[in-house]
Amino acid sequence: MASIGPNELFFLAQGLKWTLALTLIGFVGGGIFGLIVALARTAESAALRRVTTGYIAVFQGTPLLMQLFVVYYGVALIGLNIDAWLAVAIAFTLHASAFLGEIWRGGIQAVPKGQTEAAKALGLHYVSTMKDVVLPQAFKISLPATIGFLVQLIKGTSLAAIVGFVELSRAGQIVSNQTFRPLTVFAIVGLAYFLICWPLSLWGARTERRLQTATR
Amino acid sequence: MPQSTAAEVPLIALDGVGKWYGAYHALKNISLRVRKGEKIVLCGPSGSGKSTLIRCINHLEDIQEGKITVEGTTLTDSGHAIDAVRREVGMVFQSFNLFPHKTIMENCTLAPMRVKGLSKPESEEIARKYLARVRILDQADKYPAQLSGGQQQRAAIARALCMEPKAMLFDEPTSALDPEMVKEVLDTMIGLARDGMTMICVTHEMGFARQVADRVVFMASGEVIEEGPPETFFQAPRHERTRAFLGEILAHH
Ligand SMILES: Nc1ncnc2c1ncn2[C@@H]1O[C@H](COP(=O)(O)OP(=O)(O)OP(=O)(O)O)[C@@H](O)[C@H]1O
Ligand SMILES: [Mg+2]
Repeated sequence: MASIGPNELFFLAQGLKWTLALTLIGFVGGGIFGLIVALARTAESAALRRVTTGYIAVFQGTPLLMQLFVVYYGVALIGLNIDAWLAVAIAFTLHASAFLGEIWRGGIQAVPKGQTEAAKALGLHYVSTMKDVVLPQAFKISLPATIGFLVQLIKGTSLAAIVGFVELSRAGQIVSNQTFRPLTVFAIVGLAYFLICWPLSLWGARTERRLQTATR
Repeated sequence: MPQSTAAEVPLIALDGVGKWYGAYHALKNISLRVRKGEKIVLCGPSGSGKSTLIRCINHLEDIQEGKITVEGTTLTDSGHAIDAVRREVGMVFQSFNLFPHKTIMENCTLAPMRVKGLSKPESEEIARKYLARVRILDQADKYPAQLSGGQQQRAAIARALCMEPKAMLFDEPTSALDPEMVKEVLDTMIGLARDGMTMICVTHEMGFARQVADRVVFMASGEVIEEGPPETFFQAPRHERTRAFLGEILAHH
């Protein structure tokens, strides 16, 4: 029975690095596309609203695991030979953009109508109305839910193991198979997830409380 | 008051304006001419269409019938016409609608910078001028929530003035205020009127109407029922509905 030495810990740290990288890609890509989704969802054009409503319904209504499969094998099926990395990044971006888009749509619609009207009355156009007036308020309202989703996303990256990605969970599995110390290994892996997610959750809860007292 | 011929060209003109909310007929055949420098007080019972009327003037609502012209620009759905009209017309809302995440100064400089393309120092100088005029220059670096209601409404007036509009629309600017703050806002509006601003004010402050208005317009169920200078309007209202409305308003004040 092998022990858990520096090599094993280093291997786990490598996995952790990929977990964080995947989260970052999902969050940044999802953030950019999510913003577009949220704006389209609240646009004046009914067609845009319908399309994005469908998009959100599809990605919220199916498991992330299935989305990973579809993107991973789907692009292979249409003859494109892309890197596992890219496939996973695309899948996470699509997934996160649907969820963030819906969260931020709620935030945008929670900004009082008078704000948009005041901006229009001052002659501001759509871009400035959104950028300077509506979105800063909408993001503040949406911050707790956004942080909550980020925590889900961090844990959701473990599903990337299914398509052969060695992130933290998969790295744990490998080390555990080599050392035959599953409990110790997964205690370490669990602790790593916890140390990342717990402060975020605390931060989310705190911003939520602050928002509640501010509106009271 | 002598009127030159140039002043006879209306700054704001509504011709046979009709507005529907779905099946509900909110404005019926409204015609109204406002000359440069003229002060109109618009009153009438709740739901009579006063807000709707002034919101149509800067195209916060669109109309289905008739024509609205501001300073020679006829409002259509074209963004160009809407922009042109909004540049000339400022608006003050019952609920202030200041931007809560921006300081009073930032509230005032946003539109001059974004719409007129002025630099930050230029727009701040304009903002200081109008904040001083509504007497809250010392509050410039605070956020709206840190101000009293009266101060917030004066800040909102300053914000609109910073775009240097030719006309100002007021939608019940004092109805959301505690009674002790009504006067400071009305005084600000009276000052603005003295300086020659063209104003359309929806208000039930009849003292203000008597003091400032050139004409009082009375609306009910989406129609203009009667209009006239304050003396005749208050002393000798011609219509039964006007008399009933005035009786009610004056009984409450
Ligand atoms: N967005 C809207 N959709 C449907 N109906 C509306 C809308 N806005 C106003 N109305 C209706 O149009 C009518 C006129 O409304 P408006 O707000 O112009 O009245 P008002 O004279 O300003 O009343 P108040 O003194 O209460 O402010 C009311 O019956 C109102 O219910
Ligand atoms: Mg109203």
